[in-house]
Amino acid sequence: MTIELAELDHPAVEAPTPPDEESNRKRWWALGAALAVWVVVGTVLSGRNTQDLPNAELTGFQTWLTDLYGNLQDAKFNGDWFIKPAVWIGDSLDWIVTTLQHLFVSDPDRPLQVAQFGWAGVVALVVLIAYALSGARIAVLSLAVLLAIGYAGYWEAGIDTLIVTGVAVVICVLIGIPTAIWMSRSSAASAAITPVLDAMQTMPAFAYLAPLALLFGIGNSGAVVVTLIYALPPLVRITAHALGTVSPTTVEATASLGSTENQQTRKVRLPMSKRTIIVGLNQTIMAALSMATIAAFIAGPGLGQPIVRALNILNVGVAFVAGACVVLLAIMLDRATERAGIRAELAARSGGNENVRRIVLGVLGVAAVIALYLSHSQLRWSVFPESDFGAQVARRVNDWTDAFTGAVGDFTAWVNDTATTYLLNNLEDLLANSPWWLVAAAILTVAALLGGAGKGSFQRVVTGVALCSLAVLAAGYYAGSVPDINWVPYWTGVVVLLAVGGYLGAGEAFLPTAVCLTLIFGVGLWNDSMVTLSMTLFATLVVMIFGVTIGTWMGRSHRVDAAVRPFLDFLQTMPALVYLIPALALFPPGKFLAIAAAVLYASPVAIKIAADGIRSVSPTTVEAAQAIGSNRWQMISKVQLPMSKGSMVLAANQGLLFVLSMVVIGALVGGGSLGYLVISGFSQGQLYGKGLAAAIAITALGIMLDRITVHTAARYGRAETA
Amino acid sequence: MTAMVDDAGAVASTNGQSALTVNSLWKVFGPRADKIVGSPEADLSRAELLAKTGCTAAVRDVSFDVAPGEVFVVMGLSGSGKSTLVRCLTRLIEPTAGQITIDGEEVVGMSDTRLRELRRHHVSMVFQHFGLLPHRKVIDNVGYGLEVRGESKTDRRARAQEMVDLVGLSGNENAYPDQLSGGMQQRVGLARALAVNPSVLLFDEPFSALDPLIRRDMQNEVIRLHHEVGKTMVFITHDLAEALKLGDRILIMRDGALVQMGTPAEVVATPADDYVRDFVSEVPRSHVLTLAWVMRPPRPDEALTGPEMTPDTIVRDAARRVIDAADPVKVVDNGELLGVVDQDDILRVIVAEETPS
Ligand SMILES: Nc1ncnc2c1ncn2[C@@H]1O[C@H](COP(=O)(O)OP(=O)(O)OP(=O)(O)O)[C@@H](O)[C@H]1O
Ligand SMILES: [Mg+2]
Repeated sequence: MTIELAELDHPAVEAPTPPDEESNRKRWWALGAALAVWVVVGTVLSGRNTQDLPNAELTGFQTWLTDLYGNLQDAKFNGDWFIKPAVWIGDSLDWIVTTLQHLFVSDPDRPLQVAQFGWAGVVALVVLIAYALSGARIAVLSLAVLLAIGYAGYWEAGIDTLIVTGVAVVICVLIGIPTAIWMSRSSAASAAITPVLDAMQTMPAFAYLAPLALLFGIGNSGAVVVTLIYALPPLVRITAHALGTVSPTTVEATASLGSTENQQTRKVRLPMSKRTIIVGLNQTIMAALSMATIAAFIAGPGLGQPIVRALNILNVGVAFVAGACVVLLAIMLDRATERAGIRAELAARSGGNENVRRIVLGVLGVAAVIALYLSHSQLRWSVFPESDFGAQVARRVNDWTDAFTGAVGDFTAWVNDTATTYLLNNLEDLLANSPWWLVAAAILTVAALLGGAGKGSFQRVVTGVALCSLAVLAAGYYAGSVPDINWVPYWTGVVVLLAVGGYLGAGEAFLPTAVCLTLIFGVGLWNDSMVTLSMTLFATLVVMIFGVTIGTWMGRSHRVDAAVRPFLDFLQTMPALVYLIPALALFPPGKFLAIAAAVLYASPVAIKIAADGIRSVSPTTVEAAQAIGSNRWQMISKVQLPMSKGSMVLAANQGLLFVLSMVVIGALVGGGSLGYLVISGFSQGQLYGKGLAAAIAITALGIMLDRITVHTAARYGRAETA
Repeated sequence: MTAMVDDAGAVASTNGQSALTVNSLWKVFGPRADKIVGSPEADLSRAELLAKTGCTAAVRDVSFDVAPGEVFVVMGLSGSGKSTLVRCLTRLIEPTAGQITIDGEEVVGMSDTRLRELRRHHVSMVFQHFGLLPHRKVIDNVGYGLEVRGESKTDRRARAQEMVDLVGLSGNENAYPDQLSGGMQQRVGLARALAVNPSVLLFDEPFSALDPLIRRDMQNEVIRLHHEVGKTMVFITHDLAEALKLGDRILIMRDGALVQMGTPAEVVATPADDYVRDFVSEVPRSHVLTLAWVMRPPRPDEALTGPEMTPDTIVRDAARRVIDAADPVKVVDNGELLGVVDQDDILRVIVAEETPS
């Protein structure tokens, strides 16, 4: 049950009239020229002003962040008033999770203590709930999934993950639905909240961890908070959208009968949007599960822990078994909400088999009570039977992987080496080994040329870009000539740049890009960010090759679409962390492995958007082109691809954001750069500030890439695909 | 429908009060719309106003009275402001200026609570696209108005069932809207509007989404209901045949302004301008005009020995007898001779329709 939310994601960007061909051509020439200058100057000045910062070193700002962390810990300890709300929230969440753990999982801190209700009770309860909400088939599915997880040896971790996910989702609903109602009623609220949701969704998952753990602590509380914040936006967004687009005639008709606002919400808008709200809930649940596993990095309980541990020691087999458990949970939750959505509609209407249902519910209810009782009183029903099934599978998978690597290892190593030496390293050289001011100027030029039409004429835009580049250049040289970062000329350069760019109206993406670059530079992680950026760009390139080819293939044939789409849907239900596992089976640890995982992770969404773009090219146009006698290749290259340019850019937009979020997680398997800093920030107290700075840099990268591509897409006009 | 009007008209004249009064109503959409009314800009044409200020004057200075029990039809081309006008009546759209009185109560400036009371008890509306709640059964759709005003479940079920029977949907009360045809859905809309027992019913092109046969059924249904429940109705349509069939009086709008208001016969016989003339040119005049519009003073040489008829007899109904009679027919009201009609007068009306103009 995955739907494309690209439409919802950036509702604020309107499609302007498509730019004229002439100005487009000029833009591309200018872009080419800028890239040429970049390559030449970058090669000449390679290695200078790269702002490289050794791993163990901290800038002043980063040290300040580390101190801030220490101060906050002290403040918590002293019970200072400003930290009290966060402490209170953290404690309450921790209490909720711990209580549930006491009830259903044995206390992780005291392994000998048995839970109030053991596995039999939990299984019976889950089956009962699944049957009540989603029907018989889902009940059987849940039973199978839970038993499989237990059998694989991850009973407690699995239930922990369910608890964290469940608590976060319940809070999401409690916060999200009222917020969505408020947004649908007040355009001011909507205008205020939408950008916050935008930012939340642009932020890569990894960037949430450090700042939130800082406030709410690590472990249960931090895990729930990061999970709920990560999972909240889809629910709010989709619900607000659904509430706001309920048939206006019905709203008017019920208003004409004298409904109050509250009656409208309760009796008209909410029931009429039920189906869509459940779709939003589904997305929120899937996001929550994905984040709940990632929360293992801040000591969150559950299946994320064994996965992270196994990945750390490159044990594919163990990671596979634990990952499979997460995927099983994902399938269970996905299907259950999907069915619940359909049932919600059917249930009201069918009077027929309600009796059967009631009887089955009764039986299951009694069974659940008995099972709960047994699992409370007898060890056999309380502690999941030991089994070495999971270990066996892990061993088997490791054997297969070894055999596989032995067979194709040379090939994958060749792919790895070739791509790394010929493509990745060059790209990295260009971005990370050129002087920072050159790269900044180049990125700004790209942003100005691609992202947005700008208020001024083309000439004014180019002049503006040139001026700004000069400003950066000057500031850069000056700053570079002083060993430590010299803040005064730096900020002067930034201010001049923003003023000139703003004055000339260099296009909508220019200012956000400038701000993001400023942030990246300011937190002192320029070099690492550029390495991450080069990995992101490289992976996105591959994603787009898949997106355009497979997307075109799918978009042109309903049969191909029908065959491929379920597979993509399945890939999209997999929690993010799981993607690292197959990549680890194929490639040696390193940047390329992270890139491979990112490509896997980001391709489904990009392919889908591309396919929808191709599909939505007006059939009349396609027919007309056919009538003129275009052959298949001409049809693709002259009609379908050019007409879905907007969608392709949007596919790139989603591709970039997904890739970025995965590339940083890939640090776990040797991806290095920003992600590595985030992880080492958790493990080494004195590096905490650097990790936090890395989180800021990741977010800034995300926002920058998002803004540039969104405005590029807007310039091409999504009109053709809307 | 004329018979109805006679009763209702009598009621109206006895207490001398109208069910609905609208006085110089304005609705301007756009930025700073409230500044337009009363300023020189208000005299501009709609297009000029839009070009100059970016505002659309959807309703411009419209006034009329509707008598209790009357069926008052508002018509005009698409975009002439009919829907806006009817929505202003219960402030589903907030009027920019003017007064509206329903059942003696001033609507503009009413508090939200009072306004809700008005909507819950006095005025209800039927919509072109039905506006039913897809998640509720027919019976609960019909009972919605009763539910929001807080009536108990048994009361509203009973009342809703009555209404379902009244509109001829018995047996469908447990169906969901998407299981019904368009015509049946609109019957649900009608029943829902009637359920709150309002004194005024508003219809916004209720039948334009239906196919012609169903539309005729539904028009007859409205006529029947009007006979049975005798409500005041304001009926929006852009279909002249419908207007003539249902309306006691017709108001014609163009670009938001009132162009002509009168009985069907008045409108057909003396169109106020080319716009109205265009509108009515397609109408079979003999079906609308009454003898009052075709009679003339008797010529001295004419024998006044023919049969007598009342002035409100429709030409079509009188034609047979006038043509058969040897002498001109006398048009007599309360024993007073108003004029005469002979074969030529009748034929002129009928033949004029057949020659393309
Ligand atoms: N919310 C609005 N904002 C701006 N202009 C509006 C709005 N609603 C209606 N209008 C304009 O007011 C004018 C009258 O619209 P209205 O819907 O009342 O016409 P109508 O006579 O009902 O037409 P139709 O027969 O098509 O239903 C139109 O020009 C329309 O564009
Ligand atoms: Mg209308």
